Amino acid sequence: MGIRVAGLTKHFGDFLAVDDVSLTVESGELVAFLGPSGGGKSTILRIIAGLETADAGTVAFNGQPADHLHPSARGVGFVFQHYALFRHMTVAANIAFGLRVQGASRRRQAERVAELLALMGLAGLGHRYPSQLSGGQRQRVALARALAPEPKVLLLDEPFGAVDAKVREELRHWLRKLHDEVHVTSIFVTHDQEEAFSVADQVMVIHRGRLEQAGTPDEILDHPRTEFVARFIGEANVFETRVQGGAGQVGALRIPVEGIADGTPVCLVVRFYDLKFWRDDQGCARVVRMTTLGDRVKVEAQIDGAGRIFSQFPRRSSLLHGIAPGCRIHIEVTLARAYAATK
Amino acid sequence: MARRARTRQLTGAQRLIVLLVFAYLGLILVLPLGALALHALAQGPGTLLLTLTEPAARQGLLLTLFVAIICVAANGLFGVAGALVLTRHRFLGRRVLDALVDLPLAVSPVMTGLAFLLIFGRGGWLDGPLDLLGLQVTFAVPGLVLATLFVTFPFTLREVAYVLEELGTSEEQAAMTLGASPWQTFWLVTLPNIRFGLGYGIVLTLARALGEFGAVLVVGGAISGRTQTATTFIYNALEERREAAAYGMALLLAVISVALLVAIEWLKRRRERGQ
Repeated sequence: MGIRVAGLTKHFGDFLAVDDVSLTVESGELVAFLGPSGGGKSTILRIIAGLETADAGTVAFNGQPADHLHPSARGVGFVFQHYALFRHMTVAANIAFGLRVQGASRRRQAERVAELLALMGLAGLGHRYPSQLSGGQRQRVALARALAPEPKVLLLDEPFGAVDAKVREELRHWLRKLHDEVHVTSIFVTHDQEEAFSVADQVMVIHRGRLEQAGTPDEILDHPRTEFVARFIGEANVFETRVQGGAGQVGALRIPVEGIADGTPVCLVVRFYDLKFWRDDQGCARVVRMTTLGDRVKVEAQIDGAGRIFSQFPRRSSLLHGIAPGCRIHIEVTLARAYAATK
Repeated sequence: MARRARTRQLTGAQRLIVLLVFAYLGLILVLPLGALALHALAQGPGTLLLTLTEPAARQGLLLTLFVAIICVAANGLFGVAGALVLTRHRFLGRRVLDALVDLPLAVSPVMTGLAFLLIFGRGGWLDGPLDLLGLQVTFAVPGLVLATLFVTFPFTLREVAYVLEELGTSEEQAAMTLGASPWQTFWLVTLPNIRFGLGYGIVLTLARALGEFGAVLVVGGAISGRTQTATTFIYNALEERREAAAYGMALLLAVISVALLVAIEWLKRRRERGQ
């Protein structure tokens, strides 16, 4: 089922949590709402589920307005950040709940519970209570419970926020795999870019209640539309300068800028991997520090007349050849993004 | 688990304090109850049983139970509804309502009785309309029920509100997204989660209703066979110097209270553990 959100706005008191957000999620897609905490991602999700009411704007499922529908009538499965499992019910009763309130037969409930326990790797845990489960198991019960009534849309609010790093990694793979099997239109909220990029088909970057950019992971990485997205996604150097003669001058380093008039203050964003360093005694910078990070080396250099610049190279890369702390280097910027400064 | 592991050696000063606390509790709590029990039993079990089977005593006890059960039912219903309204909704005047709930705890039951006399009694505000309907409230059972309802109102509501606050709304929201109607959400999710808090509130209500004296005395007048409750029976028996009857009834009420106390302790623990 496709979801369309148009002109969504929501205040909490004086705080503008969602600011005129419009977005479309195609049927069967797995979408990530990505952004810093408190940016309005969860609020949008909750409005789609009917758990919050928007001040303005509409939510439509398959073209049908859903704003007047009670949460129970939306056919939406919701996975809460802290699971929200029914603590007085067993795992099996939790999973069966959706079918039970719809009046499904006991046999149908038992079949579906068995099916989901197997699918979620929870076989044998049906008689336990939520308090007797680990964090990862609870999360999977929450997911099984949401999927049991066969929702047309699955919404997950920071689904992996409350489990440790290793379990998180497992659950991610597992959500992707599950989605490839079940194919229910899904949106999940996360503040972790790696999570968003590794799991989702489409990523929507949300910041201060606004949709900054929507696109595939590659589109967002390669063509950040706003300064915020460029800064927030991936690791990048950010320089503030003014355009002169078709380039921004950062100390002794010249970075070509296209399409922005001379004299305009700009913000230049250069990703770690869009840089090349060459050993060059006439170069514009000096290497200050080199740090080995597993299979990569992070190089920090001091630009003459300006601040520091960072880059990262594979550990055995030829680009590192001859580079050592203290040596002078030439810097080649292969790709820089310029944004007219907002201030 | 942790409760048991925490016994450790006390210093001399700490021992002294513990001893003082026990002495104090013994003096003001255990000693009077003990004296009551001893004195009652000294009348001889036969006499006690006999006095308790006398019609006035039996009627008083039944009347008290009747009033207490109505209070439990009505305050259970309105307590849960009121607690839901106070914790789950934000509206104008919520704080005022919240403060009003505690009013019965602050007002002396005798004043409560007087207030009810002003409203329902001879020449009271509602005297005319009630007369037309042929209803008598004061010096009759409805008056006893109203006065006891007033006095016991806060207990269930407060206990349930406390549990609801602790619980939060996420389970209820989960139920709704799974297709449960508000009614189903209440029966299948909210009510099971508040059951121990509700039970605790009910037991407190029961204990308070059984022991109420001032309000029922003023409103009801303790008329033997009509508005005489268990507590006012004791009062009347003492006035008439029928000691065996007074102490017999008092002992019976004390036994019920201790049983309720045990129930309260058990429910309190269950409520704290949430399961």
